[in-house]
This record gives sequence, C-alpha cells and structure tokens, in this order.
Amino acid sequence: MIKLSQAAFDAIRKHGEQAFPHECCGVLFGKMNGEQRVVGEVFMIENQFEEVERYHRFLITPDNYREAEKVARVKKVDIIGFYHSHPDSPSVASKYDLDHAFPWFSYVIVSIMKNKYHDIHSWVMENDRSKFNEENVAIE
Amino acid sequence: MSVQILIPTPLRQFTNNLESVAVEASSVGEAMRSLCVKYAPLQKHLYSDDGKLRNFVNVYVNDEDIRYLQKESTPISEKDILSIIPSIAGGDV
Repeated sequence: MIKLSQAAFDAIRKHGEQAFPHECCGVLFGKMNGEQRVVGEVFMIENQFEEVERYHRFLITPDNYREAEKVARVKKVDIIGFYHSHPDSPSVASKYDLDHAFPWFSYVIVSIMKNKYHDIHSWVMENDRSKFNEENVAIE
Repeated sequence: MSVQILIPTPLRQFTNNLESVAVEASSVGEAMRSLCVKYAPLQKHLYSDDGKLRNFVNVYVNDEDIRYLQKESTPISEKDILSIIPSIAGGDV
C-alpha cells in the first residue's frame, strides 16, 4: 500500500490539471514504514519530453533525478517513486510505462479527463519486468 | 583495479542491499558487466535483450555522464566512482 498525504495528493491533482493536455510528472518523497510506503510530499519536475509528444509522454532526465536525490537528502527523505498524468485516458500503466520502468519504485498515475481530475492509481513493476501490479492508494 | 559502483535504491534488492559494490575493471563496460556477473538478476534491468545498456539506465563516472565521454569504453581508474542513475520515462499508449 502507498499512503499519500493530502498535500501530496492535492499537488499531484493540481499539477495534472495545470499541465493538461500535456502529461505532468514528478518525484514522490517519503519513507518506508515496514512494507508500507508513506509519501509526505512531491517534487514537481517539468516534463522534459519533446513538446509535440508531451500529450502522451513524460521524461525525468538523469539530471532531474540527481537534483531530486540532493533535495531528498537535505529533507532526510527517500525517493519512493514517481507520478505522472494520463490526459483523457485511464490511470492504468501502459506497455510504454512497463518498458521504461524500474523495479521497486511506485508509479502513481493520475487520470485527467477534460481538464479535471478523474482518479488515481499506483503501480509497481514485477521484478521479472513482466507486468505492473496495482498497489492500494490511501490518501490521508 | 577495483572501482566502486553506487547502486540506486530500486536495484539494491538485487545486491543484498549494498549501496555500493566493488568490481575489478578498467572500463565502464567491464565494470557494468562484472556487476551483472556478481549479481545476475541485475542484468535484465540494466541491459536489453540485444545486450545494450537500456536507454533509461545512465552511468556516470564521478559527475560525468558516459554518453558525453567514451560511453562504455570510457576508461576508469581506482579513484573513480561509478553511479547508475535512472531516467524515468513513460506515458499513455
């Protein structure tokens, strides 16, 4: 299960709505509590994919990742995973998401339909890279 | 010679939770291959089926991305630290 603080959830929703019709993206900062992932805040990233493809693609570059790591270190939190939006599309991880995923990380996807928040789901890839498994999302 | 490779959090489950691994190598390519020999489950996350480094797996020698050096042929020496840095991509169909 992944717990999103209300502030983290609000930030993801707002980012998705603001970026529409493009995909938004960012980093999930938090801590592990046993097997539970607890996300306190997010670190927004400007989608680095080519602009013409941003309606269905996002990219967080290695430099973005290194910057996020530095910020996380200062805040004494860990990178738990990433979020991105699917504009006018369900919050289901795609084949493209799977092909580009790392194990262990949570991939939170927010669906934005016609400019407005629709729903949110989170996915973790199987270690053999065969598929994503859904993990429950709690907002509190 | 022995060089250190820093392992990012999502891959530490395959290195007995080690944050860094020492390998014997004189180039980046050798170091990465040695790492995968030592910890075989890493192979499919670092390399694609055609044996190339996956394009979202980035290797840095100290602060330099090997794409701007000599890629996997980049020579390394004992004081160098290698880091595996993810880039994160995805999106809808």
